[in-house]
Amino acid sequence: MNITELIIVTLVKVLIIVNVILVAVAYLVYFERKISAWAQNRIGPNRVGWRGSLQPFADIFKLALKEDIVPDNADKKIHALAPVIALLVALSTYAVIPFGPDLIIKDYNIKLLVADVNMGILFVLALTSLGVYSITLAGWSSGSKYSLLGGIRSAAQMISYEVSMGFSIAGVLLLSESLRPVAIVEAQSGWMWNAILQPIGFITFVVSAFAETNRLPFDLPEAEPELVGGFHTEYSSMKFAGFFLAEYANMIIASALIVTLYLGGWQIPYIEKLGLNPILETLLCFGAFLFKLAALLFFFLWVRWSLPRFRYDQLMNLGWKVMFPLSLINIIWVALLIMVFGL
Amino acid sequence: MSANPKRKRLKDLNFWERIYIPEIVKGLSLTLRTMFKPKFTMEYPEVRFDPPGSYRGRPVLVEEENGVERCVACGLCSRVCPALAIEVQASETELEKERYPEKFEINMLRCIFCGFCEEVCPEEAIVMSKDYELAFTNREEAIYGKDKLLVPVKDLRDRIDFLRQYK
Repeated sequence: MNITELIIVTLVKVLIIVNVILVAVAYLVYFERKISAWAQNRIGPNRVGWRGSLQPFADIFKLALKEDIVPDNADKKIHALAPVIALLVALSTYAVIPFGPDLIIKDYNIKLLVADVNMGILFVLALTSLGVYSITLAGWSSGSKYSLLGGIRSAAQMISYEVSMGFSIAGVLLLSESLRPVAIVEAQSGWMWNAILQPIGFITFVVSAFAETNRLPFDLPEAEPELVGGFHTEYSSMKFAGFFLAEYANMIIASALIVTLYLGGWQIPYIEKLGLNPILETLLCFGAFLFKLAALLFFFLWVRWSLPRFRYDQLMNLGWKVMFPLSLINIIWVALLIMVFGL
Repeated sequence: MSANPKRKRLKDLNFWERIYIPEIVKGLSLTLRTMFKPKFTMEYPEVRFDPPGSYRGRPVLVEEENGVERCVACGLCSRVCPALAIEVQASETELEKERYPEKFEINMLRCIFCGFCEEVCPEEAIVMSKDYELAFTNREEAIYGKDKLLVPVKDLRDRIDFLRQYK
């Protein structure tokens, strides 16, 4: 492949991924509403299109028509910048997450990820940490007490959970001996999924992922009953839509990360023993990735409609006194696995 | 928040409850089971709620089979109405009942559906119907005259039976 082909292929991949993510986010909102309805014995949106399947587009259309209100004592530039940061972070993280094994068509070898970076996991960690800025800046620049409280909460929450998240990832990195997402996936061949090898790390990572994406039971920055919507109280129209989109896009990232790091990525255990056509096998693996992703996203929504919100002090207790020590124990456990079984 | 650390809570959590996870699984299984249960939602414009006899919809005047209203224009309903929604103007008639309402108006913007008019009526002439679909586009439209208030007695059977049984 020469350089022009490389650029074209990469651009096409970027285009496809961004569009797919945006549509996926729209439908995630739809399913959020549906699942909340089902969990409460309701039907949910069912008027726009077949069983309400066009509802997300109606929602977006409505948001686009709304007046964009900026409060008088808001810091206008930063107020406008915050949702942009949120979206930027949410959409650029997908670059390093592999969706499937290499697709080999004739002599073309197309990798099913945008950028095979050798420090991909660091890239993801760095970008998701930037997400704190969008929320904190949004809270600070709105010129409203509720927003400010939401922003402060989010900063405190995300920083404390980032620690245990980082330590849980360290366990994965020890086993795979690489920061490349592809290498991490390949290290989990067969049933050697990290979720099975290091269940404690898996749990701490999932909990931290919930906290990182501000989903219930950790949605303290939003906390409708106390903070009127928290950091996005003063946002309306497309700026609000930006935050909304970023939240759901972050959920997809978090799920994709969990799949990549703990659930064996695209791999179906022992599929290579069936001796299938390589293209079919690739597509099956891609399907497996999507299936795992969808299952995790359902879990995210399901948890939201089952669990109540934590109190602020409980959240901090859980973060520093439970999750942090557990993630350290996990590292020791992984070290033991390597020492004793030589994995 | 109790300030006394010695005070025990009514329900102290045991070990399994304190590590959250079994409890979380319980909660999740509950919501998952609920997702497959039949739904309560009534899809309104297609499916309409058919209220029981005890339902208090908009008040209406009972019209006998011969097309005459039962009302004798005594004005008690208008007197008792806490929202001052009813206006009655009496007039004389050759019929046995001697009096009839020349004008009977209920301002549906004022009506609070308390049912006092029905309770006070000596002739069982004003009753609460099952009609709950009330919409107007202006204030004049909201004042219901005799044309809108008169309802044949056979359509009000449920409510009249209910009143005879419980009133």
